[in-house]
Amino acid sequence: MSEKFIELFKETLEIEDDSVQLNTEFRKLSQWDSLAFLSLIAMIDEEYDVVIEGNDFKKLITVGDVISEIEKR
Amino acid sequence: MALLRYIGVGIRGLSAAVPRTVIKNYEYTTYFPAEEVKLVVDKIGIYERRFADPHICSSDLCFAAAEKLLEDLSIPRDEIDLLVFVSQTPDFRMPATSILLQHRLGLSESTVAFDLNLGCSGFIYGMSVIYAMMERSGLRRALLLDGETRSRIYSPKDRKTAFIFGDAGAAALIERDDLFGESFFSMNSDGSQEELIKMSAGGYRNPTTTETLKERVVDEYGNIRSEEHGYMNGSDVFNFVISRVPRDIKAVINYAGTDIAALDYFVFHQANDFINSYLARKLKLDPDKVPATIAKFGNTSSVSIPLTIVSELQGKLAGKKLLLSGFGVGMTWASAVIKFTDCFISDLVEI
Repeated sequence: MSEKFIELFKETLEIEDDSVQLNTEFRKLSQWDSLAFLSLIAMIDEEYDVVIEGNDFKKLITVGDVISEIEKR
Repeated sequence: MALLRYIGVGIRGLSAAVPRTVIKNYEYTTYFPAEEVKLVVDKIGIYERRFADPHICSSDLCFAAAEKLLEDLSIPRDEIDLLVFVSQTPDFRMPATSILLQHRLGLSESTVAFDLNLGCSGFIYGMSVIYAMMERSGLRRALLLDGETRSRIYSPKDRKTAFIFGDAGAAALIERDDLFGESFFSMNSDGSQEELIKMSAGGYRNPTTTETLKERVVDEYGNIRSEEHGYMNGSDVFNFVISRVPRDIKAVINYAGTDIAALDYFVFHQANDFINSYLARKLKLDPDKVPATIAKFGNTSSVSIPLTIVSELQGKLAGKKLLLSGFGVGMTWASAVIKFTDCFISDLVEI
């Protein structure tokens, strides 16, 4: 799951290097903005059939946190 | 679950009016650099919008649309017994704009007239209210007028909303006739989500002061607005919409005893192309069945559904079954399955 998610995450944010790891704080990435957030929500819904509501999403800091949240549902 | 079924009421004619002034989004670069604008515009798929001149209100757009429709169909004014005006940009706080339109359109004093204060789901809510009243005996014809000047609500210095909204007005003539058959509605509301799209000040909870009118930087991106500008938390709205709207659409289609494949057109509130394309993909809809005006008129709130029908489906509606879906500020969301029988569509009016 982790490896596939990171691939999809990079594709969504158009990141081509290896800068994304489980402990990456995604809001600190230079590619992160509100449009990237939209694309990420869409990707998670499309690939995992999971919608993480705004307030829950705010608590997620790292890429690993997002993966755990998806796995919880 | 608010599911409603009506029999023998339908839309006899539909018209819409847009302002002449075209705003080209790629060139809307007063406050943001062109390359940043292009990124946003390409993502939301809104290339042009219409802005009303300062002296034009949403009621003027509706008036133009209604005049055109009543003339095209040669409807005697004294046969209209009900007028509902849907808007969140009325002429005055009081009286209600519908009353002013009753007089302006030359309707009789015995006309029932009132306003509905709703955003993007408003046309469907308005239809449902009128259908319910028209099912009773006593009212001969009804006008649903739906207008917005959303371009005035949002700050041009807030990139979250600066490129999205436009102005328009629409008029629907609603009548009773067995040929219309059955119509099905689902309507919903969730006030716990009031913060997703809002104008915080200028009403009676937070009245206007010099402070509420002051523009200030509101976030880490440097967006600027006052408390009397509207704001929208786009990503939370998107989240909300994808978790509620497809479910509601399936519910109303199920309630109507039909299925997605049996419907001819799906007319969504034109929010932005990102949301609209995503909804169509998620519901696995044939793109040919999903007319869109988001690229040329932007988001006109509640007007976007009738505007899209007038602009894109003129001459294509005979005997067709449509799914309508509106969602937004409140939050509210509504869906309907309606059959179009012999519905006249006026040419789009520009004023």
